[in-house]
Amino acid sequence: MADLKERIARRCAKEFKDGEFANLGIGLPTQVADYIPEGVTVTFHSENGFAGIDAIATENPDVDIINSGGTYVTTIPSVKFFDTAESFGLVRGGHVRATVLGAMEVAENGDLANWIVPGKKVAGMGGAMDLCSGCPEVIIVMLHTQKGAPKILKKCTLPLTAEKCVSKIITEMGVMEVREDGIWVTELHPDYSKDDIQAATACTLHFDPAMKAMEEA
Amino acid sequence: MVNKIMTLEQAVADVRDGMTIMVGGFLATGSPEILMDALVEKGVKHLTVIANDGGLDAGQPAGNFAGKTARGVGKLLEHHMVDHLIASHIGVNPKINEQIAEGTLRYTLVPQGTLAEKIRAAAYGLGGVLTSTGIGTPMEEEPDELGRPKKVLEIGGRKFLLELPLHADYSFLRPSVADRFGNYMCAKATKNFNYVMAGASTCTIIAPEKLVEIGEVNPDIFQVAGVLVDGIVEGEQRWQI
Repeated sequence: MADLKERIARRCAKEFKDGEFANLGIGLPTQVADYIPEGVTVTFHSENGFAGIDAIATENPDVDIINSGGTYVTTIPSVKFFDTAESFGLVRGGHVRATVLGAMEVAENGDLANWIVPGKKVAGMGGAMDLCSGCPEVIIVMLHTQKGAPKILKKCTLPLTAEKCVSKIITEMGVMEVREDGIWVTELHPDYSKDDIQAATACTLHFDPAMKAMEEA
Repeated sequence: MVNKIMTLEQAVADVRDGMTIMVGGFLATGSPEILMDALVEKGVKHLTVIANDGGLDAGQPAGNFAGKTARGVGKLLEHHMVDHLIASHIGVNPKINEQIAEGTLRYTLVPQGTLAEKIRAAAYGLGGVLTSTGIGTPMEEEPDELGRPKKVLEIGGRKFLLELPLHADYSFLRPSVADRFGNYMCAKATKNFNYVMAGASTCTIIAPEKLVEIGEVNPDIFQVAGVLVDGIVEGEQRWQI
């Protein structure tokens, strides 16, 4: 499982170009930062108040610097701190080019559900709704299924975080793009066949004619 | 020159049961701890609290380092002083879901960026703000914090939610540095809601970590105008881990 998650994080790290500004969610998305290729500098947004997150502060943390999960972190030399209004102005304004998040469900039209399960303990959306509706690109990183049940569906059953927002899905099985006419597989991992990935998905997948083997960093 | 320096007792003397208060901070980073302590001491009840989250509970890890006491809004929750919490995230402090289950606390969730804008609208005299955040989600269907239905406006072919201003009786905030007039700045990631909440309430009280004389520092460091500040209390300490 850890290996599969590392595979997903490594592949996602290739999505970024030098100089970009992006947001990583808590959990698997955070790991993506560890695999950004040499020579590529991405400024990572911490929506609670700065651009330029570096790493978890393991000792003598600055108690004025936490990330959005409440963990003490360090920052890069070019960091800019800001308040919540400015932070989400950057998000809604489309200046944070991409957000990487996990998902409970993704629909074939790009609808995303990742914030609430009715009847379960309520956590709240935090900044997820703003990020998903504001960022030009929403990249979902997740295991393809949950205890064998597909998470990529024809229609979400859970309340949405944002509608038609997902542009790309990266799982251990492959890389998929959400297009006007549905979900297209652009990379398939060599461990799986077209039938395998389709069987693990609850909507019809399209296979891009230029589909290639899933690359890892 | 008006003297804004007051004792903690004076700062919370007119806070009454059932009032609405705003509290700066993000998971308690940037929260005015001594003002929360003063509210606990006073024992005020049935508050509506507007904050990013419910702070931290006693014994809960503060970041990646273990904490001993409740922090920020967590202090008010620990003493069952809150009836209604308006926040973007309520999953960290376990007291919140406990009190929801007991039926003593109700909550209204607002997306984080929208929460900041609703408060900013109140502070800066806007009739509301339009945002596409929440379109197609329960935010579009559910009434707002005062039970009003949401309005959807279509502008240039794009749908927006009309989000209305969010006012309070008091704003309790924590600057890193303030002068005796109330001009202030917040260091690093303690800014969060500590800027927009100034002026969104009838009365704004600050608890700066460092208080300087007027003219002592370059005024360019200040981010919030002292004209928005009604009271200043001394004694806020840097958080110790």
